[in-house]
Amino acid sequence: MLCQDCNKNEATIHLTQIVDNEKVDLNLCKSCAEKRGFHNPFEKIPFPLAEFLTGMLRERGDKTGTQLQALKCPNCGFTFGDFSKSGRLGCGSCYTAFRTQLKDLLRKVHGSSEHHGKTPSTTVEELKPIRKERKLKEELRKAIEEENFEEAARLRDKLKEIFEECNG
Amino acid sequence: MFEDMIKHPTVWLQGDGSEAEIVLSSRVRMARNISGLRYPPHAPREDREKVLEYATRAIEDEENKKLLRGRLVYMDDIDSLNRNFLVERHLVSPEFMQNLPSRGLFIGADERICIMVNEEDHLRIQAITSGLAAEESFDLANKVDDSLSKMLEFDFDADFGYLTSCPTNVGTGLRASVLIHLPGLVLTRDIDSVISRITKLGLAVRGFYGEGTDVSGNLFQVSNQTTLGRTEADIIDSIQQVTDQIIEYENAARERLFNDARMQIEDKIWRAYGILKNARVLSSEEVMNLLSAVRLGYGMGVLKNIELPLINELLLLSRSAHLQKLVGKDMDSEERDIARADLVREKLSGI
Repeated sequence: MLCQDCNKNEATIHLTQIVDNEKVDLNLCKSCAEKRGFHNPFEKIPFPLAEFLTGMLRERGDKTGTQLQALKCPNCGFTFGDFSKSGRLGCGSCYTAFRTQLKDLLRKVHGSSEHHGKTPSTTVEELKPIRKERKLKEELRKAIEEENFEEAARLRDKLKEIFEECNG
Repeated sequence: MFEDMIKHPTVWLQGDGSEAEIVLSSRVRMARNISGLRYPPHAPREDREKVLEYATRAIEDEENKKLLRGRLVYMDDIDSLNRNFLVERHLVSPEFMQNLPSRGLFIGADERICIMVNEEDHLRIQAITSGLAAEESFDLANKVDDSLSKMLEFDFDADFGYLTSCPTNVGTGLRASVLIHLPGLVLTRDIDSVISRITKLGLAVRGFYGEGTDVSGNLFQVSNQTTLGRTEADIIDSIQQVTDQIIEYENAARERLFNDARMQIEDKIWRAYGILKNARVLSSEEVMNLLSAVRLGYGMGVLKNIELPLINELLLLSRSAHLQKLVGKDMDSEERDIARADLVREKLSGI
């Protein structure tokens, strides 16, 4: 069997990867396997991010797709198009610049777009009001959905309190 | 370079800890980025230099040195043989070897902690423990993260958590993985169904299939796929639990083999042992497969005199870069195959 990448050398490495329940067989020669970073079985979990992003742009059609692609991070100058090509972001501010799009993407990749893990020990204090506010907002949304207006009024007042605290 | 390291087996292969006979090691890595600097794949040189400078200062800080005893090396100073050596020891990723400037690596004194600087993210904190001990590895990496965060402000978003170069790592930035040896499930051909069951639980499994029907080394890696929306404890817990389950499947498969095909299995094990003790030429692939059979022999109580640390040591020392450093010269693949057989024979001669 010939290597599926170069089509020249005999394929000596037969690799099966199972990601997302899909089995992908690769038959490669040694040097092509190394090019793909396969000399070490212990690193990197591939996710077809680039393909996913290109699909996302295509879905939106030509006009909005082009607009989306031109979306630019004011800090590092990275565009959404750059991101969709490389699958990597340019800096921390990109997450703010592409927030809406990333939220969608993160939900698809992780099944969630909200962090529940640890917070950096240095900024816990600064983050506390933000987290509290987010929690209250979530509760308020639920209360309104359930038409529990008494509870909603209470939560709204509490939110107002926090807002005044932060700004006063 | 690293001559002291080659003399000692690395800690994650010492063969102790829980379930060490099936689980070789448990590894955790955390991705962190320093606020205000661009991310490595696209960062200009000045940002990469700054990352290296800040990281060096934090790692060499007096307070942090209590936890981070070891050495900091710059990849620019390391030749390709030594880079391969580091990859074989699981201290760096293969991607990290690509010749990009301003990369640094901290290696803890016992190699349980290492920190890659300017890999895909500014910092990749890694902790590794022998056997099934994901929690222990996490605690260690977590401590390193906490102490570094006293000196470095990490990119953190109230919604998205820790920010990373690739969105697949965002949130906790945590990837936990166990390296697990499953010859029983491969022999009974149950491995595919077990893998598909694991992936349904949101974990990724990867195996290295070699030539012919045998899986090279029968080694698999199980790791979490998602990093966002769950706590670190949750992620670690699910890895532990799923691994426990896999161990159960593996033990059941071995029992079945022992009951249904005892002679065939024993023959396979003893033949592998015989080849290792006598061969004059051994490819790295062949060694992986033979050592796998010997490891199974140890686990099933067929081979009684061989010890786990020695099997693990051979697994590492027989890799190309280790072999060349051990012999002390560059060798082509033919020379390596001979040196490999010599090494294995010598190590097994006392048994």
